[in-house]
Amino acid sequence: MSGVVVIRGGTVIDPASGLHARRDVVVRDGRVTEVSDAVGADTLADATVIPAANCLVLPGLIDMHVHLREPGYEYRETIETGTRAAVAGGFTAVACMANTNPVNDNAAVTEYIRERAQAAGLARVYPIGAVSKQLKGEELAEIGEMRRAGIVAVSDDGMPIMNGGLMRRALEYTAMFGLPVIVHEEDRLIAAEGVMNEGAMSLRLGLKGMPAAAEEAMIARDLTLLERTGGRVHVAHVSTAGAVELIRAAKQRGLPVTAEGAPHHFTLTEAAVEGYNTAAKMNPPLRTQRDVEAVRRGVADGTIDAIASDHAPHHRDEKEVEFDRALNGVVGLETTLPLALRLADEAKIPLDTIVAAMTINPARILGLPLGTLAVGADADITVVDPTRGWTVRASGFRSKGRSTPFEGMEMRGQAVVTMVSGRIVWRADA
Amino acid sequence: MPFTHRHLLGLEHVSSDDLIHLLDTATSFQEISEREIKKVPTLRGKTVVGLFYEASTRTRTSFEIAAKRMSADFVSLSASTSSATKGETLLDTARNLAAMRPDAIILRHGSSGAPHFLAAHLDCAIVNAGDGAHEHPTQALLDLLTIRERKGRLAELTVAIVGDILHSRVARSNVFALRTLGARVRLVGPPTLLAPELRDWGEVTSDLEEGVRDADVIMMLRLQLERQGKNFFPTVDEYSRYFCLTERAVARAKSDVIIMHPGPINRGVEIASDVADGPYSVIMDQVTNGIAVRMAVLYLLINRSRAEAEGATDSAAPVPAAEVEAAPTRLRRKAG
Repeated sequence: MSGVVVIRGGTVIDPASGLHARRDVVVRDGRVTEVSDAVGADTLADATVIPAANCLVLPGLIDMHVHLREPGYEYRETIETGTRAAVAGGFTAVACMANTNPVNDNAAVTEYIRERAQAAGLARVYPIGAVSKQLKGEELAEIGEMRRAGIVAVSDDGMPIMNGGLMRRALEYTAMFGLPVIVHEEDRLIAAEGVMNEGAMSLRLGLKGMPAAAEEAMIARDLTLLERTGGRVHVAHVSTAGAVELIRAAKQRGLPVTAEGAPHHFTLTEAAVEGYNTAAKMNPPLRTQRDVEAVRRGVADGTIDAIASDHAPHHRDEKEVEFDRALNGVVGLETTLPLALRLADEAKIPLDTIVAAMTINPARILGLPLGTLAVGADADITVVDPTRGWTVRASGFRSKGRSTPFEGMEMRGQAVVTMVSGRIVWRADA
Repeated sequence: MPFTHRHLLGLEHVSSDDLIHLLDTATSFQEISEREIKKVPTLRGKTVVGLFYEASTRTRTSFEIAAKRMSADFVSLSASTSSATKGETLLDTARNLAAMRPDAIILRHGSSGAPHFLAAHLDCAIVNAGDGAHEHPTQALLDLLTIRERKGRLAELTVAIVGDILHSRVARSNVFALRTLGARVRLVGPPTLLAPELRDWGEVTSDLEEGVRDADVIMMLRLQLERQGKNFFPTVDEYSRYFCLTERAVARAKSDVIIMHPGPINRGVEIASDVADGPYSVIMDQVTNGIAVRMAVLYLLINRSRAEAEGATDSAAPVPAAEVEAAPTRLRRKAG
């Protein structure tokens, strides 16, 4: 689409510039060229107008933690289907994890992912490189080569880095590039093949539990390392009260640590596992009410910087099995936005905080030139109708993944227009 | 009173009334096994499939005998002879079996929740014959029947369960049902085989003599010998030094205590031979009662599904529900 687009009459929330007001947003040649309370008649004359009264007009949402499964697991998701889900969920940019096949541990795979994303032409895709070759946690991957090919962070997500010596070197080495190390924090030996949170529920169901300590002990290790290594740690999918507390204290000490929370962890407790529901099986697992509240407070006070879906699509055959054999992970790209709005509502968190956690904060963590509607910025814009009600039906997802713990849940809020570089990539049915 | 459960997946959500109904039904079936001709036609024409993904001699045999004494046809598959080794999923195997229209599938599986998974996907009645570390409801029912026979009641009894509580499906089913029926539960074992949250279920101790003090019932659990080497305890020898039920420990219990064990016994590991074979032991009664309990479970579940199917099709039911409910009584009368 060329020419001028005016998104008219919406409530613009742009935490990066401190704006939260009714504004018109003018987009020209893929950029934001004007944000004003009354666009001139001459501009409107030849513009395409997107009416946005009663809508929120946000910087394009950024999901810094998704699994797009390509290359290698295209039966679960492709970059095309994953980014289609992203834009339908209001996301204009996603960062995808390295646990593909082959692993994104070299520049060729990084380039392949970027090319596939380019071809799909939907959301922006930022590859995250592996910390270690083959995600084996033994030797550093060619992080510098991948950096040149376009990675924005490194992570062995899914495979916790059990080798503390490697973690130390990774932090030191990535400091040279300014890349964050995104950590899936789990001491595998403490977790001991657990398949859900350890506690009263795992005891009742006779399922092996992963104690909160498995997550917290690893966070404590990495924060201790960070005291002298340089580099940055970003803690993925924080799920326990103790983890939130460790990160909060580290931030108070001035350590360069950031963190993200996932909608399932701030919405659901382990009770969702009842009946051996594999759609509630993910890692880290759903925890207790106390943990849910701690994650919410973490988002509220900024201890948790970002909201990220940990969108992890699997094939039906990988979830429709005995609970302990089901793979970890649920989809999230198409439910994260309404759950974030619900969090704002239920936990009395200002919308500006929630929007920052989905825009400028992840942009800053990953060093992306995105996340704002300031004049001159790329016109990545998400128009949200915050009152639109809908019911989660996984069968209608754009993602190939169908496993969600939110099936049947009533949601409020939906992206009605998603725009990347001024181009409309998603428009909801009226 | 109608039995409304479609499946027997566990005892956690079975009410006191339903538990007593199951036990009463089992009691009424006991005499069938005392007859010269140990067979009644109650489940004639019914098909029961046993699907055993874990080794089981006693439970499978007990279900088979129970089904046959009720005149049901019984087929049993074990994992080594089924398609499991060819990589077929549990769901596919079970769907294939279900397509052959059995009236009940009895499942033993190493994954907790496996029977719940089948129940969610199949139409026929599912009986849990032990799922992972979750439940083993027919074992607990036969334990309850044995206790009730000996003590005349279950409420207010003190039942000490000793051993690997953490991994025991027998312990879980018993704890759930005993609590529902008003018994007091004590859980005894090394801290590595307990869990902090067990305090919500009963008294917890790692002192065997303290745990069995004044107990009406001592229920020993089989120690899975493969736990050795996983740091739950250093050696089996050391375990037995602290948790083997000896005469000395039994002396702390009530004078009329009964000693139970789900079998198979590791003699000298969790229970001394003198105790296992001693006057307080009701271990063989448990085995005998297993037949009546499993007859009762199959009867109540299969007849329920028949009543439901007939109700659903709205046909003139050839066997009115009332007659079905009365069957055990009628059988008893015939025998007398």
